[in-house]
Amino acid sequence: MALLEVNDIHTYYGNIHALKGVSLSVEAGEIVSLIGANGAGKTTTLRTISGLLRPRQGSIKFKGEDLASFPAHDLVYKGISMVPEGRGVFSRLTVQENLEMGAYSRKDNIASDLERIFGIFPRLKERRKQVAGTLSGGEQQMLATGRALMSRPSLLLMDEPSMGLAPILVEGIFDTIQEINQEGTTILLVEQNALMALQVASRGYVLQTGEVVLEDTAENLRKNQMVQNAYLGIQ
Amino acid sequence: MIDEANKLFSNLTRRFGRQTVMIVGILLVIGVLVLPVIEFQRQAFWVRVIGFTGLYIILGLGLNIVVGFAGLLDLGYVAFYAIGAYTYGLLASGQFGIHLSFWLVLPLAALLAALAGVLLGIPVLRMRGDYLAIVTLGFGEIIRILLNNLRGFTNGSQGVVGIDKPVIFGYVLDSGIHFYYMIFILVAVVAFFSNRLNHSRIGRAWIAIREDEDVAEMMGINTTLYKLLAFGSGALVGGLAGAIFSAWQGSIFPDNFNLFVSINVLSLIIIGGIGSIPGVIVGALALITLPDVLRQFSDYRLLLYGLLLVIMMIARPEGFIPSQRRKLELREEDPQPVTD
Repeated sequence: MALLEVNDIHTYYGNIHALKGVSLSVEAGEIVSLIGANGAGKTTTLRTISGLLRPRQGSIKFKGEDLASFPAHDLVYKGISMVPEGRGVFSRLTVQENLEMGAYSRKDNIASDLERIFGIFPRLKERRKQVAGTLSGGEQQMLATGRALMSRPSLLLMDEPSMGLAPILVEGIFDTIQEINQEGTTILLVEQNALMALQVASRGYVLQTGEVVLEDTAENLRKNQMVQNAYLGIQ
Repeated sequence: MIDEANKLFSNLTRRFGRQTVMIVGILLVIGVLVLPVIEFQRQAFWVRVIGFTGLYIILGLGLNIVVGFAGLLDLGYVAFYAIGAYTYGLLASGQFGIHLSFWLVLPLAALLAALAGVLLGIPVLRMRGDYLAIVTLGFGEIIRILLNNLRGFTNGSQGVVGIDKPVIFGYVLDSGIHFYYMIFILVAVVAFFSNRLNHSRIGRAWIAIREDEDVAEMMGINTTLYKLLAFGSGALVGGLAGAIFSAWQGSIFPDNFNLFVSINVLSLIIIGGIGSIPGVIVGALALITLPDVLRQFSDYRLLLYGLLLVIMMIARPEGFIPSQRRKLELREEDPQPVTD
């Protein structure tokens, strides 16, 4: 049984049919990438999985349990955590307060988790008392990721972690994604930067206008003619 | 001497937090400065002025939970004040010939107001910002108009008169000074609980909601529940203030609960420093006490009042005593680390 099973979901914005039957699955321990152009429905897929949008049709199962009846704020208790698009840090709270907010769902001691996050992102430790809005884009991305990890998720949803970052930072972010995965967190990654995404992922899905048009191992996708032309810029 | 005072202050601050020390400090100053005046001179005018300031501090603290902590702009707060006042007025007067004890009705009034707060909250939860403000403004007016028109029930614009005075162990609390003390105690109690609430898990959830509702939801915060909680607890405080108001006045009229009460309460929060409990106290002193102190200048009073508002908005948009966090929100151009 897969950790996450998305089966034929249809999501609408009003009358706009944004997802036209997306199915995908994520096995425990994997990094799975969802790639596609702007407006293909990548973010919509993540927001539907995280409960912020409701599918009109189809089902989402996590650890075998149907998520349809749970509101978004319950999912973190089930073990799903999200790094939203554009980071979404609490810009007027300090770095440490942001991380503590990430552990809102937990009632036990979080000191060791804070240390763990500061271990992954030493930069955040230096700036723990700094207000998040004054961090650089890369640091905010670290913070949003760290905050999502504070709930000790079994599945981490990441929405465009490389967006708006300098190329040199992008590599760093993808290194950490692998590191987090190796420590045991399953990751579903949405990315426009298909090249990087397919390098860290084990499998991938290609989304086009609300539909999955291709799914394969990351290696095969990298070699695929259509993917190369459309997303990797290789002629 | 000054060194010792400083040391004492920093010790206290470390132990109880800056806010708590400031609240207690301000209350002590008011008590020390004002009590003797009232005690020795028994001037009815001053008892009234300070008593009213106290009532507005309570209202300010209540609305501050909704506007300052949870960030929900409520322009109809007077509705809960009215509900509290009429609950006591109708249950302890000749209106229906019911004469329940003040101490029984006080919690009931608070509860009814809280219930109204939650009921108002449910339909407006999906609204944000300006839309929320407009709907709550409407709600405040609806309550006032209902009080005016349900003649059989509220006696309309004739009001409810002859409201009973509270009795404690057979002793009737009927002079201004009694209410002065009652209000003073309630200010302290509400300030204390409000401060605790702000630093609790609930307060944290409110901060997250104020910052970003969607992300708060992702952190596992039930935004619906916490917004209702803010509406409910704010309304509860308004209900308490209303019940005391009607017992003190002995008569209440729909016009006591017009839009300007809501606006005054909101203004004093903003002038004092939104989200800050000491700020509410200072704001009430500036907006409620000061106009009465300036009464001798008669016509220039409103001019000064308006001038003060304008100067404040230019020179100190974050208010007299802003909460550290809110200061950041209102002065985005020079962010600095929060240390509290």
